[in-house]
Amino acid sequence: MLIFEHSSKGRTGAPQAPREKASLNGIDDSLLRKTSALLPEVSELQAVRHYTRLSRKNFSIDTEFYPLGSCTMKYNPRACNSLAMLPGFLNAHPLTPDAQNQGFLACMHDLQSMLCEVTGMAAFSLAPMAGAQGEFAGVAMIEAYHKSRGDEARKEILVPDAAHGTNPATAVMCGFSVREIPTLDNGDVDLDALTQAVGPQTAGLMLTNPSTLGVFERNIEAIAKVVHEAGGLLYYDGANLNAILGKIRPGDMGFDVIHSNLHKTFSTPHGGGGPGSGAVGVAERLKPFLPLPVVTRENDRYRYLTAKDCPQSIGRLSAFMGNPGVLLRAYIYMRFLGREGMVRVAEFATLNANYMMAEAKRRGFTLAIDNRRASHEFIITLKNEAREFHVSAMDFAKRLLDLGYHAPTTYFPLLVPECLLIEPTETEAREALDGFMDALQQIKQEAETNPEILHAAPQTLPVKRLDEVRAAKQLDLAFAR
Amino acid sequence: MPFIPHTDNEITQMLETIGVDSIDDLFDEIPAHLRTAVLDAIPTGMTEMEVSRLMQQRAAQNSSALCFIGAGAYDHHIPAAVWEITTRGEFYSAYTPYQAEASQGTLQLTYEYQSMMTALTAMDVSNASMYDGASSLAEAILMAVRANRKSKSRKILVPTTVNPVYRKTAHTIVKGQNIELIEVPYDETSGTATLAQFKQQAEAQQGGDITALVLQQPNFFGTLEAVDEITDWAHENNILVIAVINPLTVAVLKPPGEWGSDEKIRGADIACGDGQPLGAPMSAGGPYYGLLCCRQALVRQMPGRIVGRTVDLDGREGFVLTLQAREQHIRRSKATSNICTNQGLVVTASTIYMSIMGAQGLENTAAACFANNNTLVEKLTTIAGIKKAFNSRCFHETVLQLEQPAAAVLKALVEKGILGGYDLSDDYPELGSAILVCTTEMRSADDIDAYVSAMQQVMATGLAGEAEAVPC
Repeated sequence: MLIFEHSSKGRTGAPQAPREKASLNGIDDSLLRKTSALLPEVSELQAVRHYTRLSRKNFSIDTEFYPLGSCTMKYNPRACNSLAMLPGFLNAHPLTPDAQNQGFLACMHDLQSMLCEVTGMAAFSLAPMAGAQGEFAGVAMIEAYHKSRGDEARKEILVPDAAHGTNPATAVMCGFSVREIPTLDNGDVDLDALTQAVGPQTAGLMLTNPSTLGVFERNIEAIAKVVHEAGGLLYYDGANLNAILGKIRPGDMGFDVIHSNLHKTFSTPHGGGGPGSGAVGVAERLKPFLPLPVVTRENDRYRYLTAKDCPQSIGRLSAFMGNPGVLLRAYIYMRFLGREGMVRVAEFATLNANYMMAEAKRRGFTLAIDNRRASHEFIITLKNEAREFHVSAMDFAKRLLDLGYHAPTTYFPLLVPECLLIEPTETEAREALDGFMDALQQIKQEAETNPEILHAAPQTLPVKRLDEVRAAKQLDLAFAR
Repeated sequence: MPFIPHTDNEITQMLETIGVDSIDDLFDEIPAHLRTAVLDAIPTGMTEMEVSRLMQQRAAQNSSALCFIGAGAYDHHIPAAVWEITTRGEFYSAYTPYQAEASQGTLQLTYEYQSMMTALTAMDVSNASMYDGASSLAEAILMAVRANRKSKSRKILVPTTVNPVYRKTAHTIVKGQNIELIEVPYDETSGTATLAQFKQQAEAQQGGDITALVLQQPNFFGTLEAVDEITDWAHENNILVIAVINPLTVAVLKPPGEWGSDEKIRGADIACGDGQPLGAPMSAGGPYYGLLCCRQALVRQMPGRIVGRTVDLDGREGFVLTLQAREQHIRRSKATSNICTNQGLVVTASTIYMSIMGAQGLENTAAACFANNNTLVEKLTTIAGIKKAFNSRCFHETVLQLEQPAAAVLKALVEKGILGGYDLSDDYPELGSAILVCTTEMRSADDIDAYVSAMQQVMATGLAGEAEAVPC
C-alpha cells in the first residue's frame, strides 16, 4: 500500500509547520500556484508506521550478511552516525565564514592528510560526491595536465575489459575515446596488448587493483612503466582499496591519480544507494588541477582554498563541499581505526575471502580463477551447474534470499559466465561465513535434485520475482492521481 | 580489534583451511619491495569514548550564530521523526536495490518520492535523484543536448541570475563535450533575466540556433522571473527550457510543469534543483540531493536510477529499477551519464518529510519564509545606508546594498552572533557592497529584531577603516 493510499483529505501533520498560511500579497498572481500539490495527507503516526514497515522489507547489513562483491558491505559503526549528527555540524551553513567553521574544517583537513598517508598520494580533494564523480575529476585532471603541457593529441583512455562500467562512461564524459585492453585467464592485464595499444594518443590507463576479478595485478610495475614511457598517466580506481589498505599504497605502485570510495573502504553507509564520496588524490605533478574546495591550514587556522588560490583547478563539482556528512563519518571511522586498524582491515578482509574461497572449492564449486590468492573478494562461476541443471546464477541469488542471505554480485564482472562475486568484508564473524557456505551448498544440492525450488525462489520475501519487462514496457513511474 | 570479530583460535583454524601459515602469506603476490612500512602520519586508534570527546570538541568549535544566509542552502525545521526513521539500519545500511525482492522498502519509498516530486513540480517523470542541485543542472544540460535533436549548436543560454556556483559546476562537468554556456545579463533595475535580453543573446549567435535555456525560480537574487513569457518564447524557437527550482517554494509558486501562458502551456522540459529544503540539514554543505524531472517524451534521455511499479509472479504489486538500458553498468561508454549512485538516504529523509508536512505544511512553511523576509527587509531598509538593490518583489532572499563594506559589516555581525548574509562582491562586483539575506520559517520575530538591532549598531559605527583588514 502506498503512502498516498493512507491519505484522507484535510489530514495534516499540523505541529510541524507554521500554524497559519501567511499572505502572499505582492506576488503577481500569474506566478502563483493555482492548486495544491497532491502530496499525502496523513498523520505523523501514519507516516512513521508506513516507513517503519517499509524499512522492514529491506535486507541490510544490520539485519543480514550482505556479501555483495565490489561493494564492501561492512559494518557501519553507529557512533560514526551519531557523532556526525552533532548539532554543531548539522546546523553549520555551508557558507559560514571559515573562522566560524574551524571544528568542521579541522576534521576535513585531518581527513585529507590521513587519506594522503594511507594511499601514498601528495594531496587530496574531498569534493567528489560519489565514485563516478571521483572518476570524472580524476580523468578531467589527466586532461587538464596534458593540456597544460600543450600535449593536446592525447585523446584516448585505456580501460581493461574487466573494468566497472563507470570507467568507460566517465572517459567519454570527459571527451575521450575509449580503448579496451583484454585480460588474461589468470586475471592479469594482457601486457603485450597494452604495450601495443599505448602511443602518443594515450592520455592514461584506468585500473582497479586488485581487479574486479578479485586478484592483485602482479605486473603493476611493468604496466606503470609502459604507460608512463608512452607519456600517459595512471589512474587508480579505488573500488577495491579495502583489500590492500595499509599493505601497499597506490602511490607506491606508480599511480598518478586515484579516487577512493569512502562509502566502501571507510565504512560510510550505503544508504540504499548513496550518498557516497569519491575523494580524489594526486601525485605532486597533478596537484594544481585538484577540484575545489580543498581545505588548507595556515598558522594553525583552517580555510577553504578558492579559485583565486588554485587558478589551474578543474573547478567545482558541487555547490558546496561534496558530501560533508559522509566525509565526517569516514573521518570518525578512521580515527577509531588508527594506523594499526587500517592494516587490519586489509588483513581480515583478505583472510575472510580466502577462507570462503577455500571452503567453496572444498564444497565442489568452480572458481573463476583458481590457484591465485583471493584479494578481499573472489568469484564462483556456475557455468557447469547452468549447463547440467538449467539453473542460473540469478536462480542461486534468489534462493539465497530465501535462506536469509543477501545475494553476492551476479553477472559482474561481465567476463565470467554465470558468476557470483563474493566479498565478505572483515567485519563478519566466521559463523556468518560458514552459514553462507552451507546455504550455497544446500542450493547446489537442490539444483541437482529439485531445480524447481531455485526457479521459484524467492518464496519467503514480500514479493516473488518481479516482471521487469513489464516495468520497462508499461512505464509506471509515479502514482497516478 | 575495532569491528573485527576474529578470535586467535578462529584465525588459526581459518588459516589451516586455506593452507597457509600466517595472514601475511595471503599477500605474497604483492611485490615485497612495494609493501608499505609504516603510516606515521595517521594517529593510533581510539576508543569510542575518546572519539566522542574529540568530535564533541570539534563540533563545539563551530559557530552557533543565528543564520540569515541562504544562497542555495536553507535552515528549515525538520520533524524529529524524519531522521529517526531514516537512520534505521534497514534504510541506512542497505545498498542499491539490485536484488529487488530484498529491497522493496527502498524501492517503494523511491517510487513514492518520484510521485511526490512529480506532484510538486507538475512534471511527468522524476528520477531517483542526482548528487545535488548544481550537478543536477549539469546533467539537465547534458540531457537537453541529447534530447533536442533539431538543434545542432550545443549552445545553452544561462542568465547570470542563476546561482553562480551552479553555473561554475555545470561548466566543469559539460566543458569536455563541446557545449557552450552563454551568459545572459540581468536587468539592473529588476534583478531578473528579461525576455529582451534572452532574445538579444539568441540573435547574437550565428544562425540563432539555441539548444536550451536555463531559468531559476526564484532566482539567485530571490526575485521572480517572468517564467511564462520566456517559456513561450523558447518553445516558439525550438529551445528547451530547463527550470531550476527550490522544491519548497514551488509549493506556492507556479510549478515548472505549468510554465507558459494558458493557451500555449507546455511547461518546462526539464526541472532540476536541490532537494535540501525538504528535510536535509544544512550540515556544512551536504549530503543533499539533486532533483531531476522531465516531460514523458524525454524519459529515455534521463540519467540516473528510475524506479517503476510492476507485478510479481502472483500478480502482486512490486517495484524495480527500470529503464536500466540507459545506465553505465549496461551501456558502458554509451550510457546517458557515468552516474551510478543517487543520494538514497537523503531522498529517504525527504520522502518522509514530505509525507509528514503534506502540501498544507509546505505551503505554510514557504509563505512564512516569504513573510519573514518582507519583515526583515522592511526593517533593515529603514536603517540609514541600507537599500534594496532591485525594485522587484523577492521571495525569501533579498539583495541589499550597503554604504559600508559588506565584508566588514558581516564580520561585525558575526561578532554579535548573527550570520548576516552572503557577500556578493566576488560574484557580482557591479553591485558594489551587497549582501544576499535570507529568512526561513525558523527565524522568529525576536530573531529578526536581534538582527535589525545588531545591524543598526554596526551601521552606526564607521567601518570603512576596517575594510582593509578584512581578507576578501
